[in-house]
Amino acid sequence: MAYDKFTILRSTAVPLPTENVDTDQIIPARFLKATEREGFGDNLFRDWRYDVEGNPKKDFVLNDPTYSGKILVAGKNFGSGSSREHAVWAIYDYGFRCVVSSFFADIFKNNCLNIGVLPVTVSAEFANKLFAAIQSDPSTEIEVNLPEQKIKLLSTGEFESFDINEYKKDNMTNGFDDIDYLLNMSSEIDAFAASN
Amino acid sequence: MEKTTLFDKIWDSHVVKSVPAGPDVFFIDKHFIHEVTSPVAFLNLEKRGIGVKNPNRTVATPDHNVPTVDQDQTIKDKLSRMQVERLRENCAKYRIELHDLGSAHHGIVHVIGPELGITQPGMTIVCGDSHTSTHGAFGAIAFGIGTSEVEMVLATQCIMQSKAKKMRISVNGTLGPGVTSKDIILYIISKISAAGATGYFVEYAGSAIQSLSMEARMTICNMSIEMGARGGLIAPDETTFNYLKGKQYAPKGADWDKAVAYWKTLKTDDGAVFDKELVFEASDIEPMITYGTNPGMGIKVTENIPTTEGMEGSNKTSYLKSLEYMGFAPGEPVKGKLVDYVFVGSCTNGRIEDIRSVAQFVKGHQKAANITAWIVPGSREVEKMAHEEGLVKILEEAGFELRQPGCSACLAMNDDKIPSGKYAVSTSNRNFEGRQGPGARTMLASPLTVAAVAITGRITDPREVFQN
Repeated sequence: MAYDKFTILRSTAVPLPTENVDTDQIIPARFLKATEREGFGDNLFRDWRYDVEGNPKKDFVLNDPTYSGKILVAGKNFGSGSSREHAVWAIYDYGFRCVVSSFFADIFKNNCLNIGVLPVTVSAEFANKLFAAIQSDPSTEIEVNLPEQKIKLLSTGEFESFDINEYKKDNMTNGFDDIDYLLNMSSEIDAFAASN
Repeated sequence: MEKTTLFDKIWDSHVVKSVPAGPDVFFIDKHFIHEVTSPVAFLNLEKRGIGVKNPNRTVATPDHNVPTVDQDQTIKDKLSRMQVERLRENCAKYRIELHDLGSAHHGIVHVIGPELGITQPGMTIVCGDSHTSTHGAFGAIAFGIGTSEVEMVLATQCIMQSKAKKMRISVNGTLGPGVTSKDIILYIISKISAAGATGYFVEYAGSAIQSLSMEARMTICNMSIEMGARGGLIAPDETTFNYLKGKQYAPKGADWDKAVAYWKTLKTDDGAVFDKELVFEASDIEPMITYGTNPGMGIKVTENIPTTEGMEGSNKTSYLKSLEYMGFAPGEPVKGKLVDYVFVGSCTNGRIEDIRSVAQFVKGHQKAANITAWIVPGSREVEKMAHEEGLVKILEEAGFELRQPGCSACLAMNDDKIPSGKYAVSTSNRNFEGRQGPGARTMLASPLTVAAVAITGRITDPREVFQN
């Protein structure tokens, strides 16, 4: 379904430098039993966030009131593993609109783009700068400018450009999704199927 | 003529249109769906007021959350039951072929597709499950998709995809005794890491790959995603054709001859260029096992867990966090460690050959007292064959518990959970934290290694048990 438009996002950020965070950590399989898309945010990072009794684990970043914001800055190879889109639904439902990492798993990145969460790939150096800046001052704001394809650390003005293909960028800035596009070319698809 | 790869040939022939500075509109021949990643897609179709474009190109089965006991009864877990019922309703409403619980061809979606001959060379196949890469073993382009894409395929039979880069991984030579295709793929992932093939579609080639059975090839392609690859595929050959011949959905008669003639053209041209090429020697591969919390953290069963030498920063922190979860220390051997559970099953190693190899290995032995041993066939067909071939009897006599088909303890969505803190040596595909249950500690290995562990109760080199 069509989603929120994404143009410029200015927000504080939550740092999660752990590497190889897989989708089973983002949303464990036992919470995939819903038949609707809403409500997954409560179980985002469930087993890192809560102990077996359901009490918040103090040492996990989402339980640290110091950090908040609409941007999640994550470690290398974020979102590996399962293709469950529920992982992105959980991230979105929790309130994040942008995930920054020096390396994303492929399917996860596609899933983000398909529901309107912007995945921003930065260099390892810039990721480290972001982690350091957020950790030394949690009120540090980051600006993600999709039309200009730039991510900027507002405290120092340091920025980096990021890649996104024009088609997806256009979709995200307008809140269009792929199905709108595909439904509009139904006759071309039919012609293709008939000739193959 | 331009030299092209197998991947190019199949991909390019399925592009309806290339969007300028964007992805390709990519046509999907076969779409598999299951109960967990499809309900929201159907719900959205309803919200849009549109239907399923080509119901005959989609095949459904409930596998992820289903219980593996009492499948003839109503599912006790309310949420699981609702998902399965929703799948039934959606399949009935849109006239989609459903292999339901209890039916002759129920099973894990990636086991029944090949078994029924639905999976064929040259096809494009998707499913809302990352292990869809399994079907690549037939020389198909097969990969996992998210629920938004499931919706796209249902609505339009297409998805929007950018073409991946191409990698060829060749494994040459002959595998030693006790070394299986699972060891090949765990070895490759351990060499290139859990993210080593991200952005690529992998073609597996070389004499060691060509000598493998279809089932063994499926194990390799299945785990392509565990090194980050979009998918993996193997050129079809006589082994492929022999497997498919006579299968329920395979072409028959003149259609078969025509199909085989086409399938024989599906190979990478000599001189075609890949973005990346890797070559391994089969003789370097030994029985493998994972010691950490991603599939790239694998070693030979005989090796020690790597030390932190050369690691720094978040890399080192993440590594130590992983070992802490597993209860292991850097530098120590894995061999000899006590194990609590073994699990034989999943879309990686839940096919009849896997069960045969475990049964052959444990025949006349008893599982160790400290081991709980679960064996979960990948499908009803596998279960039936295991009974008919007398494998179930052998396994039950050895102390294994046979359960009914499903994904089961691979992802522990149902009750098949490894308890917190316990060690499970598993033939499945992921050793992520909590994958087999909250706090569960998973070590991935081949069916042979799992069989050896079941008998000794400890991490064991299967070649040593062979000698005894």
